[in-house]
Amino acid sequence: MELTPKRYVDTVVLAPAGRLDHSTSEGFKTALAPYMASCAAGQDHIILDLAGVEYISSVGLRVLMLASKQANAQGGIIGVAALQPAVKEIFDITRFTTVLNVFPSVREGIARLSPPALSAFDAT
Amino acid sequence: MPPDAALRVRFWGTRGSIPVAMTPAEIRRKLITALVRGAGRSLDTPEKAAAFLDGEIDFAVSDTFGGNSSCVQLVTGAQDYVLCDLGSGARVFGNDVLARHGSGGHTFHVFMSHVHWDHIMGFPFFLPIYTPSNRVRIYGCHAELEDAFRRQHAAPFFPVDFSELTARIEFVRLQPGREYEIAGLSVKAKLQSHGGDSYGYRFQRADRVVVYSTDAEHKQDDLGEVQGFVEFFRDADLVIFDSQYSLAEATSIKEDWGHSSNIVGLELCQRAHAKRLCLYHHEPLSDDQKLAALLAETRRLEEITRGDRRVEILAAYDGMEIAL
Repeated sequence: MELTPKRYVDTVVLAPAGRLDHSTSEGFKTALAPYMASCAAGQDHIILDLAGVEYISSVGLRVLMLASKQANAQGGIIGVAALQPAVKEIFDITRFTTVLNVFPSVREGIARLSPPALSAFDAT
Repeated sequence: MPPDAALRVRFWGTRGSIPVAMTPAEIRRKLITALVRGAGRSLDTPEKAAAFLDGEIDFAVSDTFGGNSSCVQLVTGAQDYVLCDLGSGARVFGNDVLARHGSGGHTFHVFMSHVHWDHIMGFPFFLPIYTPSNRVRIYGCHAELEDAFRRQHAAPFFPVDFSELTARIEFVRLQPGREYEIAGLSVKAKLQSHGGDSYGYRFQRADRVVVYSTDAEHKQDDLGEVQGFVEFFRDADLVIFDSQYSLAEATSIKEDWGHSSNIVGLELCQRAHAKRLCLYHHEPLSDDQKLAALLAETRRLEEITRGDRRVEILAAYDGMEIAL
């Protein structure tokens, strides 16, 4: 799966697209892995821009949970942003809004995680 | 009912982990809500009051999901009784049998998911075991099946030792994956992920299928294992599914606690083309309002994720009956 990374100082924005379900989640997990390695204290923050994700299943959510656990263990921060309405409902119903960092937009996510990254984001 | 009548499923206990009872505060809240909504109405007969409750008051206010632990009856129409699990709901079931059909001469076939306490605690209070002319056949896949029941009756846990039970009680070890013909049903057990293992059961008679799948965690790390459950649920008329936790809980603080969620149940049913998903093994911390919300949310989830087939979503409650 192509994640089209964009870096803003210490924050990397990744943009998966389509459906994150049982048939695509393994590819999503594999694509995410190299970015997760540097999601650690003093290194990178990660924001997943989910604007292009039309559906996420429990398997896709589990990939996000595993990534969040890895980030926590490494002292890093990962968040998701710009959820489509249906995906937002799935997050609400599964209570993932209570265990992941969920931001209304990529900009608001960057603003919460890194002021220097926000300046870089606004300059683009 | 004749043996060829439609299969029905009756729930005697639907709560997970431990039985619960409504608190006085909860009962009072329900009464206040109903009385306020009925203010100014002519509800001066039991019939009018019942019609008002049935037609205008939400289930979570007018009724309750109940608090007995796991026990489900498959009503086959034959004389023998078929049950899944012997949680505290089995006490109510046993009393009902005695009240309707007398104390003796009955045969019970019981399929055990596993022998954790909430699934066997109804057995000492299941009155048919104290009548000599009754026969209780307990089926399961665990090697320690019989030992667990005997130990529950041993001192100091219970005053009547297992050896003093007068009914004919038999334990039958089943092999998962093998199909058996028992009490007019084809039955197949499947290993599930749970502390000490648990087993789901797929029951079939003619073209009707009921799956009983409780106390099962689905991490979904192994897609082959997931596909195994899709096949186990394949084309079922009803899947009774452990939805004790939210997915967030099941994948975080309650990971490895052995239970599943509404979304995993729904996805498995969608992929298996099952017709109905019944949420079951309810979280003891959830009151009626929370369980009603769980049902509404799961129905909404089904709406927004529906493909070309609809899955009917139900939430089990003590006393619920489903005709297949």
